[in-house]
Amino acid sequence: MLITLVGISIISWVVITQAPGSPIALTMDPKVSPKVIEQMMKNYDLDKPIHQQYFLWLKKLFTGKLYSFKDGRPVLAKIEERIWNTLLLNLVATIITFSLAIPLGIFSARRQYSFLDHLGTFGAYLGISAPTFWLAYLLILGTVELFGYPVLGMRSFVTEDFTTMELVLDRTWHLMLPSIILAIHSIAGLSRYTRSSMLEVIRQDYVRTARAKGIPEVEVYYKHALRNALLPIITIFGFLIPDLIGGAIIMETIFAWPGIGRLSYQAVLARDYPVVMTILTISAVLTLIGNFIADLLYGMADPRIRYR
Amino acid sequence: MKVNQLVESSIGDASFLNPILAQDSASSEINGLVFNGLIKYDRNLQNFVGELAESWKIKEGSEPEITFFLRKGVLWHDGKEFTAEDVKFTYDKIMDEKTNTVRRSDYELVKKAEILDPYTFKVTYRQPFSPGLGTWSMGIIPKHLLEKGDINTAQFNRKPIGTGPFKFVEWVSDEKIVVEANPRYFQGKPYLDRIIYRIIPDSSLSEMELLTRGIDLYGVSPFQFQRMKEVPFLNVYSQPSLGYTYIGYNLQNPLFQDKRVRQALTYAINREEIVQYVLNGLGTVANGPFPPQLWYSNPHVKPLPYDPAKARQLLAEAGWRDTDGDGILKKDGKPFSFKLITNSGNDTRRDVGVLAQRAFRELGIDVKLELYEWSVFLKNFINPKAFDACILGWSLSPDPDDYQIWHSSQIDKGFNFISYRNPEVDRLWEEGRREYDIEKRKATYWKINELMAEDQPYTFLFVPLSISALQKKFVLVEKDSNDKEIFRPIKMEKAGLMYDLIRWYVPGAPALEK
Repeated sequence: MLITLVGISIISWVVITQAPGSPIALTMDPKVSPKVIEQMMKNYDLDKPIHQQYFLWLKKLFTGKLYSFKDGRPVLAKIEERIWNTLLLNLVATIITFSLAIPLGIFSARRQYSFLDHLGTFGAYLGISAPTFWLAYLLILGTVELFGYPVLGMRSFVTEDFTTMELVLDRTWHLMLPSIILAIHSIAGLSRYTRSSMLEVIRQDYVRTARAKGIPEVEVYYKHALRNALLPIITIFGFLIPDLIGGAIIMETIFAWPGIGRLSYQAVLARDYPVVMTILTISAVLTLIGNFIADLLYGMADPRIRYR
Repeated sequence: MKVNQLVESSIGDASFLNPILAQDSASSEINGLVFNGLIKYDRNLQNFVGELAESWKIKEGSEPEITFFLRKGVLWHDGKEFTAEDVKFTYDKIMDEKTNTVRRSDYELVKKAEILDPYTFKVTYRQPFSPGLGTWSMGIIPKHLLEKGDINTAQFNRKPIGTGPFKFVEWVSDEKIVVEANPRYFQGKPYLDRIIYRIIPDSSLSEMELLTRGIDLYGVSPFQFQRMKEVPFLNVYSQPSLGYTYIGYNLQNPLFQDKRVRQALTYAINREEIVQYVLNGLGTVANGPFPPQLWYSNPHVKPLPYDPAKARQLLAEAGWRDTDGDGILKKDGKPFSFKLITNSGNDTRRDVGVLAQRAFRELGIDVKLELYEWSVFLKNFINPKAFDACILGWSLSPDPDDYQIWHSSQIDKGFNFISYRNPEVDRLWEEGRREYDIEKRKATYWKINELMAEDQPYTFLFVPLSISALQKKFVLVEKDSNDKEIFRPIKMEKAGLMYDLIRWYVPGAPALEK
């Protein structure tokens, strides 16, 4: 796993630093002399060969001396500041997704080809195909028109005269729209997965046996079938962990949400290599952890899978 | 509820709340509220007025000296007194190679900077350099807080202490920055209680926030202008911006070496139409390299009119004829054909490119328009001068010294990437930056304006208007002859809408509780 990680970071380093552009003098400012730009490249170690730059980055990362080019702040502090915001948003979105998508999928599977199932299918296609940014604009405009209360940002921008209760309500309000929009897309997908996987399992012999034994229908579905039907969902769950902090660039930008997605996007635009690289590495670590957890969960859900 | 505060929005977060390190506009705007320079431009962007320096004296000569006489009793926001030590410290930090600042370029001609006494500071230049005075509008930073440690990564850069009209309160990353009135400001306490800077990355949603009064001030794009004007609670202001868009011709390419050809290309483009269709009429046709509203732009130089017949005639004089009747001009058997490039992501430039392409095609010139991502554009085309013609824009500073863009010494490593070379114009740019007398400088730049209109190294396209929308509740406080406060409407100055910000006020708003 460690080797994979080092491999990922080296490839990312090459791709990120060799892309055209430089962190200094992004705009054309005739008042900036080439001599000064050269000196600044030197200050940032950008004049050194690429492998040396890579090891310098590693060394600085582990000694906590890694600073952003853009604002001179410690990279880890910048990431830490935003990671909780992204985590909060994605966690709420995920909870909404799972608590709606799985029951919805099971329901559709139980009433296959009923009117409600068709409606669900239709809704899912709509949810998958509608561009989220467009949905977001519509919802924002609608909400503002309807309630006349601002929705942008993580909280109202003046909150000093708020009571604790009002603060909580304010946060909930601001959390609502972006998490719903993030969820809509995933609900559509996940409920489809659940439905098809449920349908597959329900036709298997052991389910028929269970029914033949006279076990009540509810128990057949939720005790016998569901457990196997959820196996593919676990894979999705594994992917979810890096997603939780991966950030949703578009939603964070539209809702002015101060999260990781915006940070990494701005860092890429500004060629802020230390920040980009550190975020990429963290995502890589989380992806690997996510896969590992998914493997463990398989073991728990399906005794046939054993690790030696 | 009315609150005596101004809420602004910005697309991006600030980076350094430290004037010597900041490069982006968000940081510069806040730094302008928290810090002061020794001097600043007046409201017409022509002369200077004192800020931290009460007055100054220029001794001309082969090594000119500027002596600044500093204001006494000015306090940093933490209560310590400001002195010449701070000015020297700021200068030393800028010149320190370890400091990551691009501003060092501004002071390359300074020979020495010295403290004469706590309230007198003297700068000596290696050679006459009049734009040098303007560089002392740089914000001054406190020595006692930044002396120790690495300035590039100092905590100070996130919670600054300045001498300015507003004191820093808080900065929540990617959310907001708040500053409040400094009651001990040396020009009097600002009337507004505080200013909140909100970071809203999506510009169409900032418009929505403006309409629901979540922000007070907003930079309007041309396409929003009409609907902003119709909003009853907004005032919309406009004035030409400090910058222009142009088509630059690579003069190393033999195609463009004849000035008749370049004039013809300018005659061929209907710039009025471009302003009309691309900027919704919100701009003016440029007559040269200077912003038309400022003192050094020559009002007698009229932009070349749209005249395709004249363009054809000039091209014919230069030897370009359609000899075989295929609609393309030729000279010595070679067709007139070139690539026009610009950066992607800028719709205005793309639209200009399409219109120019059509106009050139009508003359019988074959033009291919290509767009590249900004970094690729610079690295592969502009910097190695590997292009035929490009569409770009300059944003300028209020000083007319564009030596770096036009002087032939700047072809190699500077910003004269079109390789423009005219010995007389070179001499005038040199003269302009050596001369301290503003009337004499004006004559020099007027002459440059004239010569460059003849040379047409660029087709100077247009100067866009910069437009702001402001909630109507703000007024400007003025004192009448009896020292009584009266309210006047806020005016757009050449130096910008916010020139008199410390006298803005929201009448009828209760004082903020602390």
